[in-house]
Amino acid sequence: MLDQPAWIALRLSLKVACWATALDLVFGLALGYLLARKRFPGRELLDALMTLPMVMPPTVLGYYLLVLIGRNGWLGGWLQRSFGINLIFTWQAAVIASAVVAFPLVLKGARAAFEAVDQQLEQAARVLGVSGFSVFLRVSLPLAWRGVLGGTLLAFARAMGEFGATLMVAGSIPGKTQTLSIAVYEAVQAGQDDHANLLVIITSITCVTVLVLANKLTPNRNVLS
Amino acid sequence: MHIKIDIRKTLRSGARSFQLQAKLESHSQRLVVYGPSGAGKSQMMKAVAGLMTPDAGRIELSGRCLFDSAAGINLAPQQREVGYLFQDYALFPHLNVRQNIAFGLQRGWFNPSARVDSESMRYWLDAFALDAVAHQYPHQLSGGQRQRVALARALIAHPRALLLDEPFAALDPALRARMREELSALQRRLDIPMILITHDPDDVAVFGGHVLRMEEGAIAEAA
Repeated sequence: MLDQPAWIALRLSLKVACWATALDLVFGLALGYLLARKRFPGRELLDALMTLPMVMPPTVLGYYLLVLIGRNGWLGGWLQRSFGINLIFTWQAAVIASAVVAFPLVLKGARAAFEAVDQQLEQAARVLGVSGFSVFLRVSLPLAWRGVLGGTLLAFARAMGEFGATLMVAGSIPGKTQTLSIAVYEAVQAGQDDHANLLVIITSITCVTVLVLANKLTPNRNVLS
Repeated sequence: MHIKIDIRKTLRSGARSFQLQAKLESHSQRLVVYGPSGAGKSQMMKAVAGLMTPDAGRIELSGRCLFDSAAGINLAPQQREVGYLFQDYALFPHLNVRQNIAFGLQRGWFNPSARVDSESMRYWLDAFALDAVAHQYPHQLSGGQRQRVALARALIAHPRALLLDEPFAALDPALRARMREELSALQRRLDIPMILITHDPDDVAVFGGHVLRMEEGAIAEAA
């Protein structure tokens, strides 16, 4: 009863969401810690810029990404000329689109979680002879990880559902860049209601599972409010 | 111990600004800085520990220069080898008693294991009667036990001096009196140099030593 294309789309969606979330986690941890602990000019502006993907239409975001990583884009053009790498219409482009869209969720969660860690504990660790990055790994991160993880799971769910920006930069190539959410759109357009139903159910179950996990892991138990 | 402090720092919070201009010298093993809250005592202690960088001046502890703005010296907190007892102890809530005590002994990226053990660990657990709670976490401990864990954590690394920031303020009165005696006896036994800051005259009476008064960011000899 479960047809092949649905599973291929699900596998692709999971792959894209996993990579996007991993990228977001690395940058989100670094930037979230920076925003929570360091005072520098333009701090709030940086936070606002990084939050933009949450409020901007995905199509606008997709357009920005095309300007950046498209064949004639700033970064894309350079990659093409120097290494012969093309990102547009590849699953890697879908990863980039999903990562950008979901990034604010990781960043917000990480910043709030690090801000909630008592700075005195970090100071105590330093006086005890432990330095820099070790203090981060041994004190800040263990005390913040629940908040970080909550945001990360939300980002994963968001990345799973990414549609607009992904469609613009990665297109809809079955088996290659056609993720679940895009496959739903294509199925409805083609009038394949049965197929669309199946895809919608799979997507919903995955997202609900992730959200339940996120709520369980977040200290205040309700990440959505 | 010989400590020499001569530092200046302007602290700003919104429109308010506060001038810290602390100058003191002491040869006592027990130095008590006494003054009302907001006098700048904690900031001075933080400067000694390297947690706050003065605008200018010099800090010298037992012949070792920790900070000298003119010479461009500013040792990182982890290089100063001082023990610091925070007002509310700053125990790591995610680590048990053993891990808290051994925290500074282990370098690198990982925390000590939950069953970390060593000869010095056994000594301090025994000395502070913490054996029975060695596997417990800070929130499960009484106020007195928390303070002992924080003391053991600071002392196990053999610091050159122990800095105590209002060490008894978080305790109830009965316990406060007992911990004062305990700490006083401990200092005599270990002969470790201590600098204690407090706003409580009773601390001064029990602890004695060289008493200095601090008010509005400046130091004066006590009458």
